[in-house]
Amino acid sequence: MSQVPADLKYTKTHEWLRTLPDGTVEVGITDHAQHALGDLVFVEVPEAGRKLSAGDPFAVVESVKAASDVYSPLAGEVVIGNPALAAEPEAINSDAYGKGWLMRLRPAAGAPAPALLGAADYEKLIAEEGG
Amino acid sequence: MAFIPHTREDVESMLAAIGVERIEQLFDEIPANLRLAGLSGVPEAANEMEIGRIMAERARLDGRPLCFIGAGAYEHHIPAAVWAIATRGEFYSAYTPYQAEASQGTLQLLYEYQTMMASLTGLEVSNASLYDGASAMGEACLMAVRANRRSHSRRILVPTTVHPHYRATARAVAGNQGLVFEELPYCAEQGCIGADALERYDGQDVTALVIQQPNFFGRLEDVDALCDWAHARNILVVAVVNPTSLALLKPPGQWGSKGADVAVGEGQPLGVPLSSGGPYFGFMAARMEHVRQMPGRIVGRTLDAAGRAGFTLTLQAREQHIRRAKATSNICTNQGLLVTAATIYLSLMGPGGLERVAAASHARTRELVDALIGVPGVRPLFRGPVFHEAAVALDRPAAPVLEKLAARGILGGFDLTEHYPELGPALLVCATETKTTADIERYASALAECLREARAA
Amino acid sequence: MSTRLEKPIFEYSVPGRCAEDQWPRDPGAAATEDLPASLRRTGRPLLPEVSELETVRHFTRLSQLNFSIDTHFYPLGSCTMKYNPKACNSLAMLPQFLARHPLSPESAGQGFLACLYELQEMLKAVTGMQAVALSPMAGAQGEFAGVAMIRAYHRARGDLERNEIIVPEAAHGTNPATATMCGCVVREVPVDPEGDVDLEALKAVVGPKTAGIMLTNPSTLGVFERRIEEVARTVHAAGGLLYYDGANLNAILGKVRPGDMGFDVIHVNLHKTFSTPHGGGGPGAGPVGVSARLAPFLPVPLVGRRGEQYVWLTERDLPQSIGRLSGFMGNAGVLLRAYIYMRMLGREGMGKVSEYATLNANYLLARLQRAGFDAAYPNRRATHELIITLKRQAKELGVTTMDFAKRLLDHGMHAPTTYFPLLVPECLLIEPTETESKAALDAFVAAMAEILAEAAQEPERVTGAPHTMPVRRLDDVRAAKHLDLTWKPTASHATPTTPATPASP
Repeated sequence: MSQVPADLKYTKTHEWLRTLPDGTVEVGITDHAQHALGDLVFVEVPEAGRKLSAGDPFAVVESVKAASDVYSPLAGEVVIGNPALAAEPEAINSDAYGKGWLMRLRPAAGAPAPALLGAADYEKLIAEEGG
Repeated sequence: MAFIPHTREDVESMLAAIGVERIEQLFDEIPANLRLAGLSGVPEAANEMEIGRIMAERARLDGRPLCFIGAGAYEHHIPAAVWAIATRGEFYSAYTPYQAEASQGTLQLLYEYQTMMASLTGLEVSNASLYDGASAMGEACLMAVRANRRSHSRRILVPTTVHPHYRATARAVAGNQGLVFEELPYCAEQGCIGADALERYDGQDVTALVIQQPNFFGRLEDVDALCDWAHARNILVVAVVNPTSLALLKPPGQWGSKGADVAVGEGQPLGVPLSSGGPYFGFMAARMEHVRQMPGRIVGRTLDAAGRAGFTLTLQAREQHIRRAKATSNICTNQGLLVTAATIYLSLMGPGGLERVAAASHARTRELVDALIGVPGVRPLFRGPVFHEAAVALDRPAAPVLEKLAARGILGGFDLTEHYPELGPALLVCATETKTTADIERYASALAECLREARAA
Repeated sequence: MSTRLEKPIFEYSVPGRCAEDQWPRDPGAAATEDLPASLRRTGRPLLPEVSELETVRHFTRLSQLNFSIDTHFYPLGSCTMKYNPKACNSLAMLPQFLARHPLSPESAGQGFLACLYELQEMLKAVTGMQAVALSPMAGAQGEFAGVAMIRAYHRARGDLERNEIIVPEAAHGTNPATATMCGCVVREVPVDPEGDVDLEALKAVVGPKTAGIMLTNPSTLGVFERRIEEVARTVHAAGGLLYYDGANLNAILGKVRPGDMGFDVIHVNLHKTFSTPHGGGGPGAGPVGVSARLAPFLPVPLVGRRGEQYVWLTERDLPQSIGRLSGFMGNAGVLLRAYIYMRMLGREGMGKVSEYATLNANYLLARLQRAGFDAAYPNRRATHELIITLKRQAKELGVTTMDFAKRLLDHGMHAPTTYFPLLVPECLLIEPTETESKAALDAFVAAMAEILAEAAQEPERVTGAPHTMPVRRLDDVRAAKHLDLTWKPTASHATPTTPATPASP
């Protein structure tokens, strides 16, 4: 039911990652996650320059019935939070893997590689969760 | 009895529908050893007539002394319409508007209240109320910690010119989350925050500064300078204000060049009886940029499925029932009934009436202070303007004098000795529009008598 | 109930109109000349300029857009929407009570203080606790006081590591929010399929960091926690304390006491069990009761007795108190209403409350099951409330709990609590209370059966409900996205802009 693009990496907490050509990593929440939250009404993205450890909450996504922290899959420094989401939080609902990205992160040098899921494993995970 | 409508026939047919013989069987999942044999410590039932007599007698014991105490609770005239409407069953016996379509009355009233309070405080947004002024100050300090991302110290500067009960409440409400309340001394001559008290915080990480206006002594703080001092250092400003005073005094949203960030206060003066301390309501208003950090209910206007305007609770994702351990506060209810009274009160007063109440109260307090300092042994305590409350010094201990006055049916003010022993014998006195020249003269002559007696003794 | 919408009061405003008979006399401009110009307001606040009749009519019409206990069946689960006796209000509003200043001396308050003292005593008796403080202003503040006392107790013993509060996964959101406000960390424990706390899971969670557990009994699942004594033993053995959330006291009043179950601290929602008004969302009152070992930590002030005199007890008398939670004495007027209600119930009435509340809930459960609805816990007795799950109907008919709730409004009944507890899918938490008659319950069952039939035949009538309210379903997404939190003047409405000088209109 939910889209799970094959070229991305995923986390167990429903974030996706895309490595950009300049080595930075784009992070967002998955189509499955936006479905579960419902219509988003507010998104808080991080300020540029913020240092994150793996597992730190870096954004808040809010619908009328739920609010949820989003966790950074990697350690690193925030390059930019998506400025368009303040005016258009629904971009996450309509285009979770495109216009709905939350932040771009420059991974910290020498940080241990995180345990990420491929598309097939993530699809299996959401199937187990009843999604 | 116990307001239960069931007839014997009702009970029998209900038990039959359930499939049990006696009501007692419905409690059979409770372990038998825990079952209560009988209640002692509760008297026998009183019917309406009997409890009416008991309560009338209790009320008689309390009496109705002539009251010149303010100190955070103020006796104002309450128009008859206020409580006649607020106690209508449709307001009195409804609950939180969870089903918006069946609660448009409460919701629209709250929206009107939010509009009035935002405007009165000069800020952009108001919540639907908190418990009381003191606990609202505690919540405002917690909110400032969430809102001030540039500060990590959780240090809140609280001048000792802030109501002592408010300071104590804020410590109790917010202290468990690691907030540090640092008290600022006041200038002994002026009864206001001294500039030198602030200097030592230059260059330090401070989260918020609390400013009460008028302050606990009734004195007016230099709010513009204080607010600008704080903002220049990335310190948020929490204003604690008397809503009546805002008809005449500069609203927090206009303090200094940027305005206070959050304003809270005790809503009681707006149509709520003194009633031994409650129920009152705390109000809270803030700049729009902080709205998601606000605690408590907030009502918004939206459209229904047919495109008509209607009202609903909004921004609920901040609240405990959704955010659970990460909520902005554990608060569920507001003080809806008191807000209902206040909204009716503010409508009847309008901008002109509220100004009248403020001006008349201030005029009576000036008259009172003039009368009291004409009494031998009484002098003003601080120099500078006050608003509708003032501190006076006595030449002998205040407590026995207050007792003598009480015996004459006069409550002569709040004894400052316990919280401010450095002031020596001193009273905080207040007169509102409810006091007449004759009342004030009666107080002044009684005080002269009591002081004379005390000197003679 | 009216279906005629009422325009905002600001749109009635006309410059120069007023309710001057309600105002004090004009003291003249000289009265405020001592206030420095730099500290004065320069523009008038946005308050309406209306007559007394316009005000009365506007707010009366608003009241008519509400459902309330006085006008409608209101079976909101976990809220105990029982009848609020009129005498409780009128006697608490005797002029001497209303006029009494909170800082009045004790000598000018012996009547009021006597009521509070006796209320403390009665609450001790019905909860089985050793001491009671009345000042918390709502259930959530009572919870806060309870957990703060637990923390203070451990700290006073030098037991500084205990910062974990255990809550069952079905707990109300205030429980974890309260734990956070008290600087604690929340540990959730699951419940078993029959609705009792999973004891094995509890045993695995307790330890040297356990400060305490927060429970309500009957639980939020509407069933009595049968192994409460074992839960108490487990938590106590680990060094933790037990906190009782009094949300559901109406089910056990006069039958079993939290103190006897092993709880160390309890809050009571006076606006639930003891019938003080809900007021459109407050004021509540949440007195706390404690066992002897927590008594030194109670919030102040309390009412004590010295000889024949009632006196306030403050920090001087309780130096280990968690402090003061309100400016004065909490919601004093609410306390008076509860006192009057409890005196009217008396010893005999206390047990009647829980008996008939339980009778009504079990009757409703039996009738609803027969009408084709599924109990969430079919093998259990209902307590003062019951839960049905519409999971099957949602799947088969495409009609959700929310749709049922909205359609009930069209039948002139307030909806039960929906989607709480979160653990039960598509649930309705229904609490009829003891003050509702069999006829009212029968009417509710008939309405539910009718909606169920309608959902099969004409589902869009149900999914499109309500149809007879002043407004249709409201767009919550729009409300949260396009925040409109205050009325704004438009060109057609006058705005008061005249300077704030006390002028006679």
